[in-house]
Amino acid sequence: MQQLIYFFQKFKYFLFFLLLAFIALALTFNNLEFHKSKFVNSANFFTGGLYSKANNISEYLGLKSENKLLAEENTRLKNIIENNESIISDIDSTVVDSIKYHQKYTFTAAKIINNNYAKKFNFLTINKGENQGIEREMAVVNSMGIIGITDNTTESYARVQSILNRNSKINARLRNTNYFGTLGWDGLNYNSVQLSDIPRQAPLKIGDTIETGGKSTIFPEGILIGTISKINKGNTAENMVYVKLFNDMSNLGYVYVVKNLDKDEIKLLENPNE
Amino acid sequence: MNKPLNILFLFLSLLFLQIFVFNNISFLGFVNPYIYIIFVFLYPLKENRIPFLLYAFLLGLIIDFFSDSGGIHAFSILCIAYLRLFFVRLFFRKVVTDYPFFKLKSESFGKTFNYVVALTLIHHLIYFSLANFSFNNFSNVFLNTIYSSTFTLLLYFSGTYIFTNSK
Repeated sequence: MQQLIYFFQKFKYFLFFLLLAFIALALTFNNLEFHKSKFVNSANFFTGGLYSKANNISEYLGLKSENKLLAEENTRLKNIIENNESIISDIDSTVVDSIKYHQKYTFTAAKIINNNYAKKFNFLTINKGENQGIEREMAVVNSMGIIGITDNTTESYARVQSILNRNSKINARLRNTNYFGTLGWDGLNYNSVQLSDIPRQAPLKIGDTIETGGKSTIFPEGILIGTISKINKGNTAENMVYVKLFNDMSNLGYVYVVKNLDKDEIKLLENPNE
Repeated sequence: MNKPLNILFLFLSLLFLQIFVFNNISFLGFVNPYIYIIFVFLYPLKENRIPFLLYAFLLGLIIDFFSDSGGIHAFSILCIAYLRLFFVRLFFRKVVTDYPFFKLKSESFGKTFNYVVALTLIHHLIYFSLANFSFNNFSNVFLNTIYSSTFTLLLYFSGTYIFTNSK
């Protein structure tokens, strides 16, 4: 017993160091796995609140470009409305009504209050949470293309796993075809992501558009991603294609969170045991 | 620098500077200074090291909360906080009785430089290895360590130069 007390006395600093180091490492490993980090993230009450205050100030600097983007999107949407004048009365964009045209997705506008893009595992924070109907595994997009997937929510904030995260895997395809592959990121350049496992016979050309494939329950079909910037035509198994993003991930403002209303039904069909 | 209030002020100001200013710099797209480790340099030497380790850990952890990095900052600042005494003995040749009188400002520049550079390099190397989290791209880790350390050290030394001359 004496020996034991003496041992603790002698090594108390080292033991305390080991304890704290163990906590820090456990938090680190948990954070890298999707859906596991419950405590340390920027979507909780305190950090989220401070970030939205700071964002309120810095937002003024980007108002002009933000307005321009919104105006461009308005023009595009107005054009679509003009083209579809005849069927527009059947589509309601906000209300879910099964008598009308069957609606599959709802969109919620949100603002990014914290953005990372220079790390290997990047996350964003948005100012909408459970109170506004945001859940885990919902797609986050803006007018230029995809941004990420929500991975953690609190009452009024949500954390988004950016596509610039080495853990992200998104189904993507070549536009106007059904050749699809998996979109991931190698952690090097925030302008370019990698599309792997796309079939060899797919007619790929530099400059072709890549969009989401609609083979997952998260992203709607046909959301823009980017253009092909480099094709790796080696004899490698993975057949890597480099895609330049339409979005400038270092300059993001307002986004839409997409909810798939059929998600539970599809999940139940695919995994009846769960 | 021995009063608890001063330490609290140092803690909070480094925290907010790091979160709201220096985490957003991204010079050339990826170079960020990590100036919060100044806390480890300036915290007074004491016989009982438990509170010091705890405060350093908390500072790192709060920065982790804000930058979504798990416990990377907490782990790396904890490591240099633990190793600090070793370097104090190595560079300044102090014993336990000297601790209450030790001040970084009153030491010669050469010794201080070695001490600060060693701790900064260790911190940045641990931080970037954990942030990379794989054995690929190790050259990238070293490059990041060197660039960011240079930036941090430049800020630290220019900061101390400015603040000591104004008094």
